[in-house]
Amino acid sequence: MSLVSINNVHKYYGSNHVLKGINLEIGAGEVVSIIGRSGSGKSTLLRCINGLEAYSEGGVVVDQMEVVYDDRQIRKLSKSVGMVFQSFNLFPHLTVGQNIMLAPKLVRKLPESEAKVIAQEVLAKVGLAEKIDSYPAELSGGQQQRVAIARSLAMNPKVLLCDEITSALDPELVGEVLKVLEDLAAEGMTLILVTHEMNFARDVGDRVIFMHQGLVWEEGDSKTVLANPQTPELSKFINAVL
Amino acid sequence: MDYTFQFGELLPYSDLIARGVLSTVILAIVTTVLGCLLGTLGAAARAGKQTFLSRAVGVYVELIRNTPFIVQLFFIFFGLPTIGIKLTAGEAGLLAMVINLAAYSTEIIRAGIESIPKGQLEAARTLGLSRTQTFTRVVLPPALEKIYPALTSQCIIVMLGSAVLSQISVEELTFAANFIQSRNFLSFEVYMVITVIYLLLAILMRQGFKLIHYFMFPNLRARS
Amino acid sequence: MSVFSDWDILRNLLLAARWTVVLSLIAFAGGATVGLLLTMMQVSGRTLLVRFTRLYIELFQGTPLLMQLFLVFFGLSLMGLEVSAWFAAALALTLFSSAYLTEIWRGCIESIPRGQWEASRCLGLSYFEIMRHIILPQALKVAIAPTVGFSVQIVKGTALASIIGFVELTKAGTMLNNATFEPFKVFGMVALLYFLLCYPLSVASRKLERKLNVAR
Ligand SMILES: Nc1ncnc2c1ncn2[C@@H]1O[C@H](COP(=O)(O)OP(=O)(O)O)[C@@H](O)[C@H]1O
Ligand SMILES: [Mg+2]
Repeated sequence: MSLVSINNVHKYYGSNHVLKGINLEIGAGEVVSIIGRSGSGKSTLLRCINGLEAYSEGGVVVDQMEVVYDDRQIRKLSKSVGMVFQSFNLFPHLTVGQNIMLAPKLVRKLPESEAKVIAQEVLAKVGLAEKIDSYPAELSGGQQQRVAIARSLAMNPKVLLCDEITSALDPELVGEVLKVLEDLAAEGMTLILVTHEMNFARDVGDRVIFMHQGLVWEEGDSKTVLANPQTPELSKFINAVL
Repeated sequence: MDYTFQFGELLPYSDLIARGVLSTVILAIVTTVLGCLLGTLGAAARAGKQTFLSRAVGVYVELIRNTPFIVQLFFIFFGLPTIGIKLTAGEAGLLAMVINLAAYSTEIIRAGIESIPKGQLEAARTLGLSRTQTFTRVVLPPALEKIYPALTSQCIIVMLGSAVLSQISVEELTFAANFIQSRNFLSFEVYMVITVIYLLLAILMRQGFKLIHYFMFPNLRARS
Repeated sequence: MSVFSDWDILRNLLLAARWTVVLSLIAFAGGATVGLLLTMMQVSGRTLLVRFTRLYIELFQGTPLLMQLFLVFFGLSLMGLEVSAWFAAALALTLFSSAYLTEIWRGCIESIPRGQWEASRCLGLSYFEIMRHIILPQALKVAIAPTVGFSVQIVKGTALASIIGFVELTKAGTMLNNATFEPFKVFGMVALLYFLLCYPLSVASRKLERKLNVAR
């Protein structure tokens, strides 16, 4: 039984057919990299997995819960699916600790003390234990993104979705964020990431999915797919990003 | 100009002036609290989906913002009793002020809410926060922080506008001035002194808002 | 026993509304002229001039328009000038408007990114050349929407002239109310007429602002 099961998903924005029948099965502990040109539908697919976007046809099941675009369902889903964004989206008026503790307290209804322990744990995991009382604006981009990852982890999700989470970072800060992802992968966390970091996809990822024009154009073991592209589209894409 | 100013003539009326100041201060405080609260609710209604409520709030905001305060005051004080709503001058004055500030603050706070990036909402949603939690915990605090200067300026403008309440005989600061000058005919001196008092009140209010800001938005303290 | 029909009320209000419009136009023209002067003083960079304008703005934004009106009215007569309510109102509203317009316009000038100054400096332009050719043309565009928006405040401000006895829309309203004892109807109509004057300006201001935001 796979953790994430995507079944013939279509998505239209008006008349724009963005996802044209996506089928994917992702098992627990897998690290899946989604690659592809800008506009190929990667973000849309990711956002259909946690209900940020309503798909038009087909079905998505995560952790035996059907993903439907409905407030209550999304709240339930939030305990299984975490998401990290390109633009961090930390809450600027809350400290790092408060950012992390907010959802455990409000959604998981944990008492302050327990939430605090969790915050300390996840912060230690991303190497920022000493920043618990800092405000986001006091941190570098790389640190903010690590806090955002920690914030997702505090909900104890079964799968973490990452949408180009290193794209907004200065080059010298990318490494520290990828390192955190690598640690998570090693611990057995299920990761689905949209990324342009081909080295990471090859070395850390288990599987690569190449999306093109709203379709899964190629997929398979990451090393094989990236080394032997079967389609001219993927060769072209790989040449362009490398 | 061979006129000697006679500010000393005002001393016997210091009690009256003090009572006027007190009334104006109370009006300002109550109006600020209620006006901002209602403004927050109004903004929440405006920012949500297009419903009957959000449209009604929109109409209310436009009506208030596009008519003079003094006409609103006269309408409430003189007009409402004819349809059975009887108010004392003080109640009518306070009601007019609150209604006025609520309209402006609705618009100001709505602008703050709209300035919050969509990503903040998505992050809250992804974390499983409900709509209400998202609004009160994630959207509202930074929105208020952003529009704090505009909102507090508006509160001061409404306080200064309360001078008009003298026209329906609410015994506030300007009423005291009108009374005194009708007794001693030193119009210029009286209004000069009262104007300075208003200026001090405005400055005091601004300082007060700065203090509140310091406690309300600790993250700004950290940044500087 | 009212001898005023609804139509009579409306007709009298409309006649008085002319004076609201005239007073608004004068206050706007006067306020813009003085405001322009003050804005130039403020951006001149001369400490004394800048301080003076700051104080001016503080004073007019920190006190009630009604007090300004009274002080002008009684102050002028103290100086031996027998002034009409109408002149005093025009003068007070001019001073009041100029303070707010100066504040608005200074903000617009400062909203032009520093990079524009730096780039112009590198091209060898002088302070006044930069102001004249680079900053002001851009600031002018930014200024239109808030200036139109402020004109609404001027129209509403003219209502206070009624208190010193100038017969404009609001004063006509109180007089008609005293004659008819129909405050709900009379002040309702007064409010409606103000709304008809102000709302188009508000809408125009918002449209202009949106247009500017799109153009950017
Ligand atoms: N909210 C939206 N409304 C309309 N069209 C959208 C929206 N979001 C994305 N799209 C369109 O969907 C397509 C796929 O977008 P996206 O999933 O963001 O691609 P990617 O993440 O691969 O760059 C694009 O053509 C984009 O213009
Ligand atoms: Mg994308």
